[in-house]
Amino acid sequence: MGVLETVGFILLTTLTLSSALVVVFHRSPIISALALVFNLVAIAGFYLLLNAQFLALLQVIVYAGAIMVLILFVIMLLSITNESGLHRSGRIQTVMAPLIALGCAAALAFAVFKGSAGPKYVVSSTEFGTVRSIGTDLFTTFFYAFETISLLLVVAMVGAVLLAKRRL
Amino acid sequence: MELEPLVINLAKIVIVSQILLVGVAFMSWVERRVSAIIQFRLGPNRVGPFGLFQPIADGIKFLLKDETLPAGSHKPLFILAPVIAFASALCAFAVVPFGPVVEVFGRTVNLVILDLDGGMLFALAAASLGVYGIVCAGWASRSKYALMGGLRSSAQMVSYELALGLAAVSVFLVNGTLRPTQIVAAQEGWFWNWNVFAGFQLVGVVLFVVAGYAETNRLPFDLPEAESELVSGYHTEYSSLKFSMFMMAEYIAMMTMSGLTVTLYLGGFHPGFPTGDLSGWALWLLQIGAFVAKVSFFMFLFVWVRWTLPRFRYDQLMDLGWKRLFPLALANLVVTALLVAFDVIKG
Repeated sequence: MGVLETVGFILLTTLTLSSALVVVFHRSPIISALALVFNLVAIAGFYLLLNAQFLALLQVIVYAGAIMVLILFVIMLLSITNESGLHRSGRIQTVMAPLIALGCAAALAFAVFKGSAGPKYVVSSTEFGTVRSIGTDLFTTFFYAFETISLLLVVAMVGAVLLAKRRL
Repeated sequence: MELEPLVINLAKIVIVSQILLVGVAFMSWVERRVSAIIQFRLGPNRVGPFGLFQPIADGIKFLLKDETLPAGSHKPLFILAPVIAFASALCAFAVVPFGPVVEVFGRTVNLVILDLDGGMLFALAAASLGVYGIVCAGWASRSKYALMGGLRSSAQMVSYELALGLAAVSVFLVNGTLRPTQIVAAQEGWFWNWNVFAGFQLVGVVLFVVAGYAETNRLPFDLPEAESELVSGYHTEYSSLKFSMFMMAEYIAMMTMSGLTVTLYLGGFHPGFPTGDLSGWALWLLQIGAFVAKVSFFMFLFVWVRWTLPRFRYDQLMDLGWKRLFPLALANLVVTALLVAFDVIKG
């Protein structure tokens, strides 16, 4: 990593972590959602550092540009202003939530430590991360996974339409 | 790290953004004059020749007006909102190639600020972030009308982004690339090489332009501000320079949208006929001029449509977006894909 990358990495890490903290701890759901948008854009910055330009752009379009707008939309429509009542959780939640979170953290830590001993991934060519190379990979190496995911999306869409129609 | 590319890039950014800002001032004058002509009025004609200095007077007025901050508003967001709207509109223009590769003082300069492999996606991403400026403004104002405007615009922009993106995808299929400079390069020569003709994108260009009107919140899709219903929507509570930033953001977004339309469908900076023996500055000026002329046409179209067509009702707007434009864009994509697959379109 060069100097510029290191500086960028430190900057992005600070931004990502601090915005993540805002998401968790801020009392206003709107500010939390906006901090999450910021967080997602910062993560797109990491992808840029890793030379994954296409992924970074898609991250911004899909997550920051579309999904988070919908979440904000819902929060504003419901106009949740204070958080009292939001955190009324049952006994199962109070026990299970920390356990699941700990499990996720353990899995991540395991992946990180295992990954550090494994093979180093290096950017092999200038073609890496371009639209063309990702498209080629999707339709050759990962063809079945890709098609399965699109099937999953269709199922989700049908389900959403069914749920909405029932209430109409 | 080499200093020279950095300096060239900085120079390009400064020059282009300044030209865009001057364009905004000029457009505000054009809008008022053209609307006046359409309505059999005179329009601003007192300040300078033909009222051309009116934008300067307006600018001074914006500077001197009282800056209000509504009680109960969320102050940081209230200030940040116009900045987000303005910055995202300005950023999206970065990928639009406005001229060929030229040589200035012995250095080759590509007349596009950001020549990205996924350039068109960058423009769409920046445009999609612009909605946050409007949503934040609506929410931070703590006003019913502003909030309604913000909500409407978020729903509207998310809906029309789909049609916009899908229309653009057809062009990517035709040219086999997402890089704006390559898309433009593929449309060189006679005007029938433009994507709108050679790529069978007549439907595509209409879709793109209509969705572009919704993206920039211009009439007939200016429901977010719809003054007869919402006072003036998300910027109801804004005054002075903050208001003018929203206005500038709107005009810059219009220019970006026009620039993208020209790049994708109408040959970008290519004038539409073989340039033959021309070379050097004569050719470059002709090409930059062609780009400016085409963008100007679309800017005029924006104004023309605004003062001619009535506003949609909100449910009609959503209907049009989801039930008409979106399926049409999908059909256009499938037809284009088939045409490319059967070699009718030569990419």
